[in-house]
Amino acid sequence: MSGKDRLPIFPSRGAQMLIKGRLAGAQKGHGLLKKKADALQVRFRMILSKIIETKTLMGEVMKEAAFSLAEAKFTTGDFNQVVLQNVTKAQIKIRSKKDNVAGVTLPIFESYQDGSDTYELAGLARGGQQLAKLKKNFQSAVKLLVELASLQTSFVTLDEVIKITNRRVNAIEHVIIPRLERTLAYIISELDELEREEFYRLKKIQDKKKIIKEKAEARKAALLGNNILHDIANLLDEGDEDLLF
Amino acid sequence: MALQAAVKGKLISVIGDEDTCVGFLLGGIGEINKNRHPNFMVVDKNTAVSEIEECFKRFVKRDDIDIILINQNIAEMIRHVIDAHIAPVPSILEIPSKDHPYDASKDSILRRAKGMFNPDDLVH
Repeated sequence: MSGKDRLPIFPSRGAQMLIKGRLAGAQKGHGLLKKKADALQVRFRMILSKIIETKTLMGEVMKEAAFSLAEAKFTTGDFNQVVLQNVTKAQIKIRSKKDNVAGVTLPIFESYQDGSDTYELAGLARGGQQLAKLKKNFQSAVKLLVELASLQTSFVTLDEVIKITNRRVNAIEHVIIPRLERTLAYIISELDELEREEFYRLKKIQDKKKIIKEKAEARKAALLGNNILHDIANLLDEGDEDLLF
Repeated sequence: MALQAAVKGKLISVIGDEDTCVGFLLGGIGEINKNRHPNFMVVDKNTAVSEIEECFKRFVKRDDIDIILINQNIAEMIRHVIDAHIAPVPSILEIPSKDHPYDASKDSILRRAKGMFNPDDLVH
């Protein structure tokens, strides 16, 4: 009994009530956490399937973008160095918002245009159309990638949170609740034991009293038989009928 | 800090081969800050792995970068650094490059998901 894992508590009625309350709380918490884990799991699966979908789409978009780059290069000639050297300010920037799923905040990225196009004049001499197409393709690729990034961030965050929640659910289910139940069983058994002991003690006292009484009776009877105790027996009983106390 | 983040737009950075970088720069994500540090890195065949690693770490540390795009073949080179990065922000995206098609089984994120799902099952 003592080898089992239970809370170190003195077995009493009060402790029993306390543990009962805690057990009910643990069960409630377990149910709620399980619900939370389920809600997160649903979201998680949704995000995962979306990620995989977007990743395949990204492959296609990137392929198209790379192809249009080759096209532009073919018409314009090599403009790599010009582009790499002329970087100043970012035109596309990211804003982040927060989304809330079952008490978990997920960042959502959102791209927005800011400022003017640095490469407005690129391809002015020739290949302007191809360059415009190239820009458009890469801008849509960026948009897709930003979307993918927010999905991925949500994925990582949710993964972490789900792990923690599942750990808690399992801890409550397999450690805390059994421990409380064992403690409760221990308290009940101890209380029963005490009750039995008390009952036995009462019985014993009754027996003892009975024996003493019998002995006294026997002695009285013996004395009465000898006519010695005749007056003593009536010492208190004087025959005052009207006395109240 | 959250308020500041909401007001100030964050950047996307790129680590990739020349063509990938040029494409995204034309898309309008390039920026050079006051200290003349660009938010992109061009990797060619002469670039050392340690250099890429250092650059990647520098991008991760910068708080004005929210998304890091990296070519998958380059990501392969510094896989251990990418796997060690577990924080949600900045988020790292592996993208296909011109001459390396995208391989879902190599992706850090999808490999993490593998325990739960088979990526191929969901695609088809």
